[in-house]
Amino acid sequence: MKHWRRARSTALMLFFTVLILAFIYAPIFWLVLSSISTRAELLAVPPRWIPENPTLKNYRDILIPGTAVSEVARTFSVTLRNSFLVAGSTTLICLTVGSLAGYALARLRLPFRDVLWLVILGVRMVPEISLVVPLYILAARFALLNKPIVLIITYLSFALPFAIWMLSTFFESVPRELEDAALIDGSSRLGILFRIFLPVAAPGIVSTALFTFLLAWDEFFFALIFTSTIAAKTVPVAIAEFTGRYAVDITAMMTGGVLAALPPVLLALIFQRYIVSGLSAGAVKG
Amino acid sequence: MAQTSWSPHPRLTLLQQEIREGFFFLFPAVFLIFGITLFPIVFTFVISFTTTPLSNPAPQNFVGLSNYWSFLRNVQFWQAIARTAYFTVVSVGAELLLGLGIALLIHARPPGWAFLRTSLIIPWAVPTIVNGALWRWIYNADYGALNGLLYSLGILQKYRPWLTEPMTALNLVIVADIWHSVPFIALILQAALATLPVELDEAAAVDGANAWQRFWLIRLPLLRPAILVALVIRTVEAFRVFDIIYVITQGGPAFGTVTISYLTYLESFSYGRLGSGAALSFLITLFTFLMAIVYIRLLYRPEFRE
Repeated sequence: MKHWRRARSTALMLFFTVLILAFIYAPIFWLVLSSISTRAELLAVPPRWIPENPTLKNYRDILIPGTAVSEVARTFSVTLRNSFLVAGSTTLICLTVGSLAGYALARLRLPFRDVLWLVILGVRMVPEISLVVPLYILAARFALLNKPIVLIITYLSFALPFAIWMLSTFFESVPRELEDAALIDGSSRLGILFRIFLPVAAPGIVSTALFTFLLAWDEFFFALIFTSTIAAKTVPVAIAEFTGRYAVDITAMMTGGVLAALPPVLLALIFQRYIVSGLSAGAVKG
Repeated sequence: MAQTSWSPHPRLTLLQQEIREGFFFLFPAVFLIFGITLFPIVFTFVISFTTTPLSNPAPQNFVGLSNYWSFLRNVQFWQAIARTAYFTVVSVGAELLLGLGIALLIHARPPGWAFLRTSLIIPWAVPTIVNGALWRWIYNADYGALNGLLYSLGILQKYRPWLTEPMTALNLVIVADIWHSVPFIALILQAALATLPVELDEAAAVDGANAWQRFWLIRLPLLRPAILVALVIRTVEAFRVFDIIYVITQGGPAFGTVTISYLTYLESFSYGRLGSGAALSFLITLFTFLMAIVYIRLLYRPEFRE
C-alpha cells in the first residue's frame, strides 16, 4: 500500500518534471532549428520540425562580412565585438571600483556608512528610463553619442551599485582574524584588500564578475537610445533591428539570437555554482 | 624626538586614520554614483517642469506642473497605468506560483532533478531581447511555431494571427516574460528551501501532520523572507517592462501593449517631448523608491538577518 503510494507520487513528480523541461526546451529547440534551416524549409506550413537539409550557411552569412544580404547581418560581427568590449570594460571597472568601496563598507568604521548603504540599495533599483533624458542631454553635449565609452559609463549606473552590494556582502564573511593579523604586521589597508580579501573572497568575485557581465550583455535601452551606428551598436540593438526593418530575415535574426545567447548561457552553465550562490546573495537580474 | 613628527600621520588616532582611508576607498564609487544616477534624477525632476524638445535638448521653457496635470487628464496615461498594473500582477503572480512549484519539485528530488535545475539556468541567461525576438517568431501569424504546433496537433484547423488583438497580445507578452523569469524565482526559492532546518519538518511528520499541513504551516512561513525579496525585485522589474514589448509588439496593436515605460519612451524619443517624458519617468522613479523602501524594511527585519 505504502509502496504503491510512493510509486504514484514519484510518477506524478516525473510527469511535472518532464512538462517543465518541455516548456523550457521547446522555444530553445525552435530557436536553434530556425538557425540551421534553409529559408525555404523554415517557411513550410506546417513547419518541418526536423530539417531535411540542416545547414550552417546562416552562421557563415552572419559572421563573415560580405556574403550576407541585409546590412544588419553584414555588420553583426561588429556589434558582437562592441558587446564584448562594453560588457568586459563595465565588468572590469565595477570590480575595481566596487572592491574598494565594498571593502570600506564591509569593514571600516565610517560616519554615514548606513546612509551610504541605503543610497546604494536605492539607486540599484532606479530604472534606466528615469536617467535616460539627462544622460542623453549630457552625452549629446560632450559629443559622446555613438561611442562605446558612453555605454560603458552609463552601464555603471546599474552595474556599479549592484557590484558594490554583492562584493561587500561577500567581504563581510571574510574572517576578521586574518585582517587583524595583517594589520599588526603593518600591512596597509590596500595591501590587506589585495592579499587577503580578494583571494579569500575569490568565489564572490567570480560571482560578481559573472552577474555584472550578464547585466551589461543583456542591456538594451541605453544602447538603443545612445547608439545608432555600428561604431558602438551592441548585439541586442542589432537583433531588435532584424525584427524592425528586415521583417523577412528570420533565419538571420534567429542565427543572431543563438550567437547572442551563447556567451551568457555558456558562462552561466559553466559557473552554475556561482550563479546559484550569487542569486542567494541578493541578485537583481531577473 | 623630532624624528617622530616624520611619521605619515603624526596626530591621527586609529579611527581618524580609518575614516581617512575609507574616504579614498569610497571616493571613486561615490563620485560615479553621484554623477550617473543621483545627479540625473535631480536633472530629470528639473526637466519635468519644462517643455524641452528633443531637437534642442537644453532645459528650457519653464511651465511649472503643467506636464503632470496634463497626464492626469490624459486617457492614454491611465490606460498605460492599468496595463502596467495588469502586466505586473499577472506575470509576477504566475511566476511566483510556478517558481514556488518548481522549487518544491526540485527539493523533493524526483529522478532528473539536477538536470532540471541546470536547465532552469538557460532561459534565465538568454538575453531579454533574444527572448523577445524568439517569441515574436513563435507567435508569427504565417509561419510561427505556435500555429504550426496547434495545427499539427489538430487543435487549430487553420493558422491564425496572434498579435492583432490587444488583450491577447498583452497576455502572450506575459507568457514570454514568464518563460524568461520563472527560473529566477525557482532558483532563489530552491536555494532557500535547501537551507531550511529539516528537524521541524520531521518532527511535524512524526506528530502526524500530512504533507499539505507541513507545507502550509512550516515551509511556507519559513520561506516567507525569500518569497518577499523575490516578489519585490520582480515587481520593480515588471513595472518598468520595456525591452520585451519593444521587440514583440512595438507597443501595438493600436497602442494595446503600451506600458508606462513604453509611453515614456514614446513621449521622449518618438514625439520628442523631453519635458513630459521626464515627468512620466519621475513618476516611475517615485514608484521605484516606494518599492525600495519596502525592500529595505524587509531586509532589515530581524527574521531576515542570519
